[in-house]
Amino acid sequence: MMSPEVGHFALVLALALALVQSVVPIWGARRGDAALMATASPVALGQFAFVTLSFVVLTYAYLVSDFSVENVFQNSHSTKPLIYKISGVWGNHEGSMVLWVVILTLFSALVAVFGRNLPLTLKANVLAVQGWITVAFLLFILKTSNPFARITPAPMEGRDLNPLLQDIGLAIHPPLLYVGYVGFSMSFAFAVAALIDGKLDAAWARWVRPWTLVAWIFLTAGISMGSYWAYYELGWGGWWFWDPVENASLMPWLAGTALLHSAIVMEKREALKVWTVLLAILTFSLSLLGTFLVRSGVLTSVHAFAVDPERGVFILAILVVFIGGSLALYAWRAPTLKQGGLFAPVSREGALVLNNLFLTASCAAVFIGTLYPLALETLTGAKISVGPPFFNWTFGPLMVPLMIAMVFGPFLAWKRGDLAAVAQRLTLAFAAAILATLATYAVTTGGPVLAPLFVGLAFYVIVGAILDIAERIQLFRAPAATSLARARGLPRAAWGAAIAHAGVGVMLLGIVGETAYKQETIVQMRPGESIAVAGYDITLQGLVPVEGPNYRDLVARLTVREGGVDAGTLEPAKRVYTARAMPTTEAALKTRGMSQLYVSPGDPGTDGSIALRFFYKPMVLLIWIGTLVMMFGGLLSLSDRRLRVGAPKPSARRVAAAVQPAE
Amino acid sequence: MRLPALALAVLMTATPALAVLPGERLSDPRLEERARALSKDLRCMVCQNQAIDDSDAPLARDLRVLVRERLTAGDSDRQVIDFLVARYGEFVLLRPRFGWHTAVLWIAPLVFLLAGIAYLLVVVRRRRVAVVTAPLPLTDEEKARLEAALKP
Repeated sequence: MMSPEVGHFALVLALALALVQSVVPIWGARRGDAALMATASPVALGQFAFVTLSFVVLTYAYLVSDFSVENVFQNSHSTKPLIYKISGVWGNHEGSMVLWVVILTLFSALVAVFGRNLPLTLKANVLAVQGWITVAFLLFILKTSNPFARITPAPMEGRDLNPLLQDIGLAIHPPLLYVGYVGFSMSFAFAVAALIDGKLDAAWARWVRPWTLVAWIFLTAGISMGSYWAYYELGWGGWWFWDPVENASLMPWLAGTALLHSAIVMEKREALKVWTVLLAILTFSLSLLGTFLVRSGVLTSVHAFAVDPERGVFILAILVVFIGGSLALYAWRAPTLKQGGLFAPVSREGALVLNNLFLTASCAAVFIGTLYPLALETLTGAKISVGPPFFNWTFGPLMVPLMIAMVFGPFLAWKRGDLAAVAQRLTLAFAAAILATLATYAVTTGGPVLAPLFVGLAFYVIVGAILDIAERIQLFRAPAATSLARARGLPRAAWGAAIAHAGVGVMLLGIVGETAYKQETIVQMRPGESIAVAGYDITLQGLVPVEGPNYRDLVARLTVREGGVDAGTLEPAKRVYTARAMPTTEAALKTRGMSQLYVSPGDPGTDGSIALRFFYKPMVLLIWIGTLVMMFGGLLSLSDRRLRVGAPKPSARRVAAAVQPAE
Repeated sequence: MRLPALALAVLMTATPALAVLPGERLSDPRLEERARALSKDLRCMVCQNQAIDDSDAPLARDLRVLVRERLTAGDSDRQVIDFLVARYGEFVLLRPRFGWHTAVLWIAPLVFLLAGIAYLLVVVRRRRVAVVTAPLPLTDEEKARLEAALKP
């Protein structure tokens, strides 16, 4: 039953169903045939079942260490802990593509199950578009990346998973990221379906927003998780490297964030329709581009790509067909869509347009920085590097106006706002910003001159978000009971927006703390020697060899005292994974409030000493806590009645609550 | 998705050591500070997108030592960079130099932003014109005359 061939066959069956889903529903929609359109749902569910079966079979092969399957042989080992046997399934190219399609068909299945309130033609078209994507990726897997290929005779032992991936952070990072990437296929499918139908209204935006929000939350989680993993696992203390692979996930995030905001304008005011559709297409296109960049090998070397181009060319073809096709469809059909609601430049809509402008411009900066070296090398053969300094110079400045504007946005009225009045209501936020800036100047010595200003900006964003809520519930201006009632009646989406915005401020605070005020000490230590770092006294007790399940550690055992009081131990290690004889660096961390002491070991010397690199990273945890706050805001917003999938009409309670002034 | 590249970066470091080893550092703190600043903008060429300041690779160590040698010999920052570019090509710079071949790279984000702003200004203007040239509502007197004319 669990023979790998079953998994392979299930993929082929899923492909057959995907072909049906690509053609029949949309044909039914053109002819107005309800029976044909109705095939979409069961076919989508069937596909999901078959792809999942295939994934389960692959996972089973990993669990029982069936090394006759080449994919298992290459990426697993019989002594590997259970959790990494499972995560090994997607820790490689073939398996990760199967996971990609599992998630894709899961989304189709969700539309089939929860999309009962969707107009029949829209649902049929959306599922058909999803079907096209599924066909493309199933073909890709079956043609170029079959995870079920066998080897005879079967080897006795596997080659083990890359040790860096044997980490809980990396076990869950790819699935999160993929749900994000693939989730944007929903916005894409809705956009293309709307273009095919030529019908686009506020209801469309209301259907698209929850899907976009789900994808956004997961993508945020995936990026954040990846960043924290790199921080503690790679062992040199950085949390964002502007690596092309990271950029590949940041681009859809930026475009997706813009899409979330423009969809608000479309839902509330029926404006920005055409733009929202374009953003939906672009966001998923960037997800596809990310998949291409990572999966084609083009990043490692343009030449490697040219030498073994099978996979790369296939994904490139998918890219061209989907991006080119959808943009062509857009160019052809978008002019037929009616533009709605006019608004003055200074208004809520105007602020959201500004948000979109800066987010897409920053996305463009990341895009060109990531692809320019590839393009230049392909065209002229010249090799250049585009590294962190470039992105800090281009991306950074674009974020500042965005953060200044994002506080104003929620305060501005729809259609026509009053900037001076809003500035007046934000007095407290400005005061907090100035106070924080001055306090930072007073407290810190050294650090870049501009850093305190960014601390001020962070406080301005956070206090601005709090004021937004305070204003809406008339805190301290109405009796407490009234404020409480208003707080309860406030739509969850409003809470979510304010909280997510505050999260941005929290994250900025962490970023400034880490980049501007980190302290670094590099020493060669012998056992018994001590060193003082950021108020800690650290003593090296000794170097101790430790045996792990599938690795050997050389642990530098450090005792830490703070103000003469024992504050525990730190045990950074040089680790060697035995199966691959591959060395890694295991950093050790000590947390104090939101700050961390970070120790990374170097090679032991011949005289019993070891090189140690200590970092003190003030406020560093706020970077990831900020993203958690953003995700929480997203979740709250998602739980808003209005956005609940299949609940397009306002409930009775909402209508009653609507007595309060419009947001 | 970042995992393959970063994994590769570390896989390529055959003999891991610590980035910026204690023994490498210069005794003159001002020179050492300049060396650190320079090494943050220099690429470890066998790594994936990693500065020599952070890298464990032997090549990165050689480059760090080289930078310090040049600085001790009295080179300016500019001269050190020129020396490395002459030796290893522009690939060694994490911040590409501005030139004809990188003009598009450096200018594009700004052009994109300005184009966006220009487009929005045009839209705003056009809308204002649309509002101005839109037919004015009838005055009371006109309404009265219209009603009178329409009465059977």
